[in-house]
Amino acid sequence: MNVKQQFMDGMFFQNPVTVQLLGMCSVLAITTTLFNGIGMGLSVLVILTCANVVISLLRKIIPNKIRIACYIVVIAGFVTIVDLALKAFLPALSESLGLFIPLIVVNCIILGRAESFASKNGVAASALDGVFQGLGYTVILVIMCVIREFLGAGTFGGGILNGGEGVRILPESIPALGMILPVGGFLTLAVVIAAMQYILNKPKKTETKSEEVAK
Amino acid sequence: MEWTKLFSIALGAVLVNNFIVAQFLGICPFMGVSKKVETASGMGMAVIFVMGLASAICWPINEFILVRFNLGFMQTVTYILVIASLVQFIEMFLQKAMPALYEALGVYLPLITTNCAVLGVVLQNTQNSYNFIESVVYGVTGGVGFLVVIVLFASIRERMEFSEFPKSFEGFPIALVAAGLIALSFMGFSGLKVFG
Repeated sequence: MNVKQQFMDGMFFQNPVTVQLLGMCSVLAITTTLFNGIGMGLSVLVILTCANVVISLLRKIIPNKIRIACYIVVIAGFVTIVDLALKAFLPALSESLGLFIPLIVVNCIILGRAESFASKNGVAASALDGVFQGLGYTVILVIMCVIREFLGAGTFGGGILNGGEGVRILPESIPALGMILPVGGFLTLAVVIAAMQYILNKPKKTETKSEEVAK
Repeated sequence: MEWTKLFSIALGAVLVNNFIVAQFLGICPFMGVSKKVETASGMGMAVIFVMGLASAICWPINEFILVRFNLGFMQTVTYILVIASLVQFIEMFLQKAMPALYEALGVYLPLITTNCAVLGVVLQNTQNSYNFIESVVYGVTGGVGFLVVIVLFASIRERMEFSEFPKSFEGFPIALVAAGLIALSFMGFSGLKVFG
């Protein structure tokens, strides 16, 4: 088992967001404060890992024809657990993520990894894949949050630091509110993906690989 | 029946709270099938169809089964199963009964199962406690909003083929920038209210 390779894939070469372009909706929608980003990232990480483990365990039992439906039921089960847990223990997070927690069910990252990895590999490898893909997703979310929060509200760590207000970096008159609004989401993600493509295409070795993954 | 309320739901779903550019639901198909205007409008039609039907079917299920037997926590699981089987069923039905429409929608139907706009609209119907007619109106007009934006976006992307931009922005990023500009223009509708 190649742990390092899996880690690098999850973080860079096959990053779920910037290379595989999966799970766009949540990336764009909830990355307005650091708290949201970390909460969403960890929720997805947990669900992805659990779903990967279960699907990998069941991969020989599930008939091929109805596999997608089976995967969805497994995923929906874990999403419900996380949803209820957040409502009970972190009501503030549950409120600010709102609809996007139940919508993890249709987040293509999870179904995508189930189909392309967990259904073909052993339990340990699938669990690791879940953790690393989840981490890759979380890292991108956090980057997006930091950029958008800084440019849009002039703060850092909103929702966690400084009693939920966030630490103010820019004075209130400077930030552009648009970065918090949908427009900012699209533009920030465009820049982040462009930066990733620039980095990945620089060394010639990885060029063909990243193109393959992106189809 | 309050026509004004229905009208404001419809206006909200198409323009003010547009599913794609204001709520970020259904971004995957929005990015995936918007390279040509034809395919984009096919997808939009399929989404209108499925969102309307899903709203109509999930409302009685929620009202008469989930609420009655106190099974609210099963909402997500139930809805996604209903949507998945609905899509499958529509596909089989269209194949037999209306081959012409099936040909037109064909490839896009299965894709809709993982379209978060469909699950989103159903969850929102429950959240806003819309009644049956309001739910259906919200579902159909939400789909219309999707169609409008995806067709606009596809026609922009067709033009973009001939323009030049930095190499790192090729493909997906430049499409996102265009989507951002559409979102910016739709912000003009925010604050639009009908009859209070």
